[in-house]
Amino acid sequence: MEEKKQPLLEIEDLSVTFKMYDGGALEQKQLQVISSLSVTVYPGEILAIAGSSGSGKSLLASAILGILPGNAEVEGRMIYEGKPMTPDMQKKLRGSEIALVPQSIAYLDPLMKIGKQVDGHKKPYPTQKRKGLFKRFGLPEKTPELYPFQLSGGMARRVLVSTALVEDARLLIADEPTPGMSLDQAKEALSMFRQMADEGKSVILITHDIDLAFDVADRVAVFYAGTTVECAPANDFKTGPEALRHPYSKALWRALPQNDFEPIEGFQPYAGNLPKGCLFGPRCSCKTAECENSVPPMREIRGGEVRCIHAT
Amino acid sequence: MKKINRRTKVIIFTIMIGVIIIGAYIAGILIPDSGVAPDFSNTKLPPSFSHPFGTDWLGRDLFLRTLKGLSISLTIGIMASLISGAAAVLIGIAAAMGSRRIDGIINWFIDLVMGVPHTILIILISFACGRGMKGLLLGIAVTHWTGLARLIRGEVLQLRNQQYVAVSRKLGKSGSWILVHHLLPHLLPQFFVGLVLMFPHAILHEAAISFLGYGLPPEQPAIGIILSESMKYLSAGMWWLAVFPGALLVCIVLLVDRLGDNLRMIIDPYSAQE
Amino acid sequence: MQLEAIDVSFRYDKKSSWVLEHQNFKVERGECVGLFAPSGYGKSTLAKLLAGYLKPSSGQILLDGKPLPKKGICPVQLIYQHPEKAINPRWRLKKVLEESGSLQPDILHSFGIREEWLDRFPRELSGGELQRFCVARALMSGADFLICDEISTMLDVITQAQIWNKILDEAKKRNMGIVAVTHNKALADRICTKVYDLSR
Repeated sequence: MEEKKQPLLEIEDLSVTFKMYDGGALEQKQLQVISSLSVTVYPGEILAIAGSSGSGKSLLASAILGILPGNAEVEGRMIYEGKPMTPDMQKKLRGSEIALVPQSIAYLDPLMKIGKQVDGHKKPYPTQKRKGLFKRFGLPEKTPELYPFQLSGGMARRVLVSTALVEDARLLIADEPTPGMSLDQAKEALSMFRQMADEGKSVILITHDIDLAFDVADRVAVFYAGTTVECAPANDFKTGPEALRHPYSKALWRALPQNDFEPIEGFQPYAGNLPKGCLFGPRCSCKTAECENSVPPMREIRGGEVRCIHAT
Repeated sequence: MKKINRRTKVIIFTIMIGVIIIGAYIAGILIPDSGVAPDFSNTKLPPSFSHPFGTDWLGRDLFLRTLKGLSISLTIGIMASLISGAAAVLIGIAAAMGSRRIDGIINWFIDLVMGVPHTILIILISFACGRGMKGLLLGIAVTHWTGLARLIRGEVLQLRNQQYVAVSRKLGKSGSWILVHHLLPHLLPQFFVGLVLMFPHAILHEAAISFLGYGLPPEQPAIGIILSESMKYLSAGMWWLAVFPGALLVCIVLLVDRLGDNLRMIIDPYSAQE
Repeated sequence: MQLEAIDVSFRYDKKSSWVLEHQNFKVERGECVGLFAPSGYGKSTLAKLLAGYLKPSSGQILLDGKPLPKKGICPVQLIYQHPEKAINPRWRLKKVLEESGSLQPDILHSFGIREEWLDRFPRELSGGELQRFCVARALMSGADFLICDEISTMLDVITQAQIWNKILDEAKKRNMGIVAVTHNKALADRICTKVYDLSR
């Protein structure tokens, strides 16, 4: 049995609440969009965070980076390398040790040459390092002289990853890096993350494409209605429902076109309108009266974690 | 603890501004001519309780005169921004919906109008119409529509290329149906705010032109006239003749400007980026 | 009854390069044809041409041997990848649906559109929920052909399966033709009667 490594980032019981205005009315209301969420990232692994839109997965990225909008309140613990994260620390870490991989070239300045852009504003300019990265990703030598619109799709992705790596980041957060890509392109993009992870960096891959998550990640955390319902080795997701623990993860597997293509009924509940007890309760086939008592805690089963009292 | 939130504050503030402006306007209209009639027993009085802004060389009460002047300015501001607003909408939509050629011509024309200094153009038009309300209104209207027209043209161009407009067309909706249901509701808040923001410009231009003597005739106590007449008494130490009317004009202009910004925050929080 | 593209080519203007060159494509009523290709092969362009959103630079789009009608409700309806862009953000969803005629309760029901959603604004619903509205809107117009351009790419797999299963049911009931543009091979294999690969 391998020794438990020291986690790079631990998130425990994280909650994010927004103060919002309700439609046209002037009433303010509290909206809890992430509730008692826990995930852990170890060095050298890709953790995929999979969930449908509205499950709070992109907000998690903002919470880690400390860039949530002003009307958000954060509770819970975030521990980076054994130290609790403070807003000051987040400010120092983001852009240096924690880097966000932008989604598309829309995140680049269209009027700045690639080379200058990737170097950023850190002095002295990390030009040598950037050259090394570009070479490694097989980007043509003239790339630094190009403008963003001149890049092909594949080149753009490699440039975007380079922007994150030039900073020596130890934790990369990629928010939906693949929509619209074919499987080959997506795999190519994700193989870069694999390389990073193999060098000891940690990668958080946020995606709604669970297919892809299974393929490249080491572990997959499944999000539902603002919390984690299951966190398991990616292999379990490849094996099938019998290896999975949470009914929602099983439902995801069954809904895949290459499997049964059979959806469960219903919708993910909204923040502000959550069911009592287990958040998945209303759509769950093995729901019992006990499920309504409280939100079940995460517990360990067969080398994974699950938030379900019936899981075995 | 219950705190008033920001939006409520903005709304309350906006209503207050509106009340002040409308109050000034109505007060000006209600003041009878006798209130500003000359009174030679009380000439050249500095500010006091009975005459808060003092009186002028003919013994007219400056406070009442200023209020009357403001209400004339407001009338001109409202009329001028309505006329130029209407022009802006028509021209902006024509530019965006018409052919490329029409768009080109309209754009050229907008540049042309913008290129000529406003003050000179207003003076010329005002002169051509023989000084007075009509000429001034026309002059201000002709010079103030360009910015809003350009804004509306840009908005329509962008809206026209939205997917939901394309879908609408394929669902069999006509061009005019799309204009009324998809485009106008989107433009309305923009237009409304643009109108309110145009208003202080119009007032200031009116005052400036009247001050220079090319605008309203002297028998109408517009702020510009009051200021211009007071000039020759300033050196005699009658500071109150210019300070109060001037300050009140600036206040009203600032208030209207604020009103426009607040309205934008209320009606269109997307563009105001609260 | 069939929708076909005969030898169509497309480019945006005379100076730019060809997006599509000499493509032929055919879909019959009752069929679901997959249009499969990696990005950059002009899938979306072909979809827009088939639905009449773009005019081919050369070649023809024919519905039962005749060009697509220019006026009125088009019998070929396109559904986009991003539902939030295809819906006017300032409209309540009821109005969005009514744009294609009166509400048909059976369609709303089968797509799981709840009564209370109708009074909401688009930004209050998720992408998956909005996409149901887009599909329902297209179906209520009485379309004979649906062109689905990556409609489930941004959705989670459960919603994807829900929506596609319903579309296929409706298509069977009404004997409609479906064109499914996708880059997901597994999805294409699952839902399509035949798959047309543009890259070959």
